[in-house]
Amino acid sequence: MEVSVSEINDIINREAVGDGSLIAALEEIQERYRYLPPEALILASERLGIPLSQAYSVATFYNAFSLKPKGKHCLHVCMGTACHVRGSPQVLNRLESKLGIKAGETTRDHLFTLETVNCLGACALGPIVVTDEEYSGQMTIQKTDRLLKTILRAEAGL
Amino acid sequence: MNRLQSIMEFQNWQTTMAAASDPNRPFITVCGGTGCRVYGSEKVWEAFRTELVRQGANATLDYDVKVTGCHGFCERGPLVVIRPQGIFYSHVKAGDVPEIVSETILGNKIVERLLYVDPLSGAKIEHEQDVPFYKHQKRLILDQNGNLDPAQIDEYIVCGGYASLTKVLTSWAPEQVISAVKASGLRGRGGAGFSTGVKWELCCENVKKAGMGYIICNSDEGDPGAYMDRSVMEGNPHSVIEGMIIGAYAMGIHQGFVYIRAEYPLAVKNLRIAIRQAEAAGLLGKDILGSGFDFSLNVRLGAGAFVCGEETALMASIEGRIGEPHPRPPYPAEAGLWGKPTNINNVKTWAAVPIIINKGADWYAQIGTEKSKGTLIFSVVGKINNTGLVEVPMGVSLRQLIFDIGGGIPKGKAFKAAQIGGPSGGCLPAEHLDVPMDYESLSSLGAIVGSGGLVVADEDTCMVDFARYFMNFTQEESCGKCVPCRIGTKAMLATLERICAGDGKPSDIDYLLELAQMVKNSSLCGLGQTAPNPVLTTIRYFREEYEAHIFDKTCPAKVCKGLITYSIISENCNGCMVCLRECTSNAITGAKREVHSINSELCSKCGVCKEVCKFDAVAVN
Repeated sequence: MEVSVSEINDIINREAVGDGSLIAALEEIQERYRYLPPEALILASERLGIPLSQAYSVATFYNAFSLKPKGKHCLHVCMGTACHVRGSPQVLNRLESKLGIKAGETTRDHLFTLETVNCLGACALGPIVVTDEEYSGQMTIQKTDRLLKTILRAEAGL
Repeated sequence: MNRLQSIMEFQNWQTTMAAASDPNRPFITVCGGTGCRVYGSEKVWEAFRTELVRQGANATLDYDVKVTGCHGFCERGPLVVIRPQGIFYSHVKAGDVPEIVSETILGNKIVERLLYVDPLSGAKIEHEQDVPFYKHQKRLILDQNGNLDPAQIDEYIVCGGYASLTKVLTSWAPEQVISAVKASGLRGRGGAGFSTGVKWELCCENVKKAGMGYIICNSDEGDPGAYMDRSVMEGNPHSVIEGMIIGAYAMGIHQGFVYIRAEYPLAVKNLRIAIRQAEAAGLLGKDILGSGFDFSLNVRLGAGAFVCGEETALMASIEGRIGEPHPRPPYPAEAGLWGKPTNINNVKTWAAVPIIINKGADWYAQIGTEKSKGTLIFSVVGKINNTGLVEVPMGVSLRQLIFDIGGGIPKGKAFKAAQIGGPSGGCLPAEHLDVPMDYESLSSLGAIVGSGGLVVADEDTCMVDFARYFMNFTQEESCGKCVPCRIGTKAMLATLERICAGDGKPSDIDYLLELAQMVKNSSLCGLGQTAPNPVLTTIRYFREEYEAHIFDKTCPAKVCKGLITYSIISENCNGCMVCLRECTSNAITGAKREVHSINSELCSKCGVCKEVCKFDAVAVN
């Protein structure tokens, strides 16, 4: 996705109301690009009159922000306690071994980003994997394999 | 709508709407909480809407389909309740809807196969109120969750919403409100349990001196396994807003914030809708209902940092900085947000306020125990039959929660422990099943009420691994500002990982206890001060499991990878090759119709072979 300086400026102007609007502005930019391009931090710090170092510290402190572009498909494995006791580590391991990446990484072809989340609060359905905002519940290793297969087939146009 | 200019106008509006709504009018509620949506409840309510028209039900009956907040019984979603009778259908699929409409709506007959079956008696239960999961609860805060469309302020008002606010604005002095909250015995539902009335009083005094202040609703529900704050916000956001306006009036504060997790998109959406509606109606903003009192409410989204649930870190985050806590004193009531007196309460505390004003402090104080008043909401999750949100009076026993309401442990397994209060809480074993659930009793056993998360562990859960899980969580979420938390949790985690990997040393238990005390006593904020609790309680109640890992090099629950091996039970293996194909480590050898074998050198212990084997031929030792 092309990074547009004017679009980032628009977002910052829209969010720059009152004190403490840095996080809200970065959240919107993250939402738009799914990561924070370097321009975002520079523009936000200039527009909001905040040192760049502070914008950088905020961007690296909170889990919601990423300084690296994400893959086309984001897989989130819930690591909440209920999911943990119901087997989410096995599901995560399977995804890691199938994709050849660790949690928090993106595949080299930029097709997948694998991430963990602390709790999605849908504990009755654990373990949960969220694929591009679509929830899949009561995951097993086999269901995980099928999930990946479905995405790959769609990618291959099958 | 037009902004209401006076309390009289509000009351007229309320009376007109209440008169227009027929309490006997039939309607169908479909749970629209996050859990049920994951099960596909959206398709269910869409099917109801088309099917009612298709079968002509509305020509004769005028049915309404209402998408409500979370009903609580997440295990059985999607949930459908047909009111006013309260007919309860669970696990409803869109495909069941034509039959429900033709049989129940038009034919007044029950669709038996969708009824809840009591696992103990085997009896089919028709009505929601008779389902054991609901029968033993006392729902105050969650009371209207299954009735209201959270996106309609009218519905909240028809069932008595904002009446407490008008009562206060009409005839109560701010001090009277504070006295009532004090007399009710309400304690902070964020977990610490400090008296809400006393907290308000302190803040109020400081606001008078400073000339201004803020109130905050802490909805940064970060404890894994706890989702009641989200459900209240999703299902009944106006109850929180009303509580906040009343609190602001009592303390003389004119600006408030709701700090809510961005991971809860539906709750954020419903909250924003509710704020807009309250503003449009004149219940928020300048000169509320002509009373001369101003109060505005803003929403701030958390950006995924667990530590921001801690009040001083939360305020730093609202100010746009990284969420690092600072030492108290000064407490927020003295110098909080932007240095001004600030009162922070949890979602459920705010939501309890209108109930107290409406029903009276004495009425509220009758519920619960001597020192812990009112109700508590628990999310009962993990190895439990009836996963869901449960609201009970303070003082019910853990046993009642897990067995009477929660329906016990699945697959006939044995109960091992209940982890109460999330990563800050503790694990209680079976011998303490009769502990009353209140602030003092739980803390005397090393657990806390905390967020109300209650995760049940069964015989297959390894308590050392469980402790490692929580320590991993707190270690990752430690903000890094103070050394005891940053390095202490890391050292504890490294030790636990070593024990789980089979490299535990005889001195490790004492080392963990020593570290735990240091982290507890010297950390800056609540995160570090409570982080060792899961380790301390698992050592206190399950020491033998630690010893098995360290001295016998075995994991009794067969969880810890470093201490288990997978092998094939040759009598059961018929050589179907399924496990062999699924193994990503190429650790399984064999041929069709020949007994397979697992090479433990290559085995990554991922468990896929055990999962796929239909013949129970994979053993874990």
